[in-house]
Amino acid sequence: MTTLDIAQRVDAKGLACPLPIVRTAQAMKTLASGQLLEVLATDAGSVKDFDAWSKSTGNALVESGADGGVFRFVLRKK
Amino acid sequence: MDTTLGLVLFSGTDDTLNAAAVLTAGAAAVGRPVHVFLQYWALDAFRASKIDGDHGAAPEAGDEGRAAMAAMRAAGQAPWSETFRQAKDIGDVTIQACSLSMDLLHLEHGDLDPVVDGIEGVAAFMFAAGDGQIVFI
Repeated sequence: MTTLDIAQRVDAKGLACPLPIVRTAQAMKTLASGQLLEVLATDAGSVKDFDAWSKSTGNALVESGADGGVFRFVLRKK
Repeated sequence: MDTTLGLVLFSGTDDTLNAAAVLTAGAAAVGRPVHVFLQYWALDAFRASKIDGDHGAAPEAGDEGRAAMAAMRAAGQAPWSETFRQAKDIGDVTIQACSLSMDLLHLEHGDLDPVVDGIEGVAAFMFAAGDGQIVFI
């Protein structure tokens, strides 16, 4: 398992739409191109939301998974 | 994804304003410019003196709906005013007051919460909305 160099983590567990995406967009603004952002969320809609957000903004979704009830997304700033 | 979304807000209850705020934040998050135009009771809700108050719910909400909304707030859901502010922070969002509604409600710019960027007439709004969709809430 490769260890990713996460520049910043966003804990959006317990937050409902649109906050996980809003927090992610806010955090992404502070990153430099190529840096990785990790987001944890419990919102059921977040899997599709993050896929869509990644496609719309061009910030690649490097990892997308779930562990228990927690979704974990890793995005790379374009 | 970069055609402007024109959102005309007419209703001033917490349920519709929260729905509008979520749509605005979502559009802003995916890089879509949003131009919000506040009319009538939506504009009234954006008064500096009222913006953080209780604006109730549409009649169709009923007691169950109101209870559900209260539960969300108790669980820490941000008020719609905060969601609009965050939307402005993450994307290209402008919130304008309808000048006709300003007259109707006898309001001046200073009466409005700072989240409102300015006052404009319908022609300016239509021009800004361009070929994008215009949604009436």
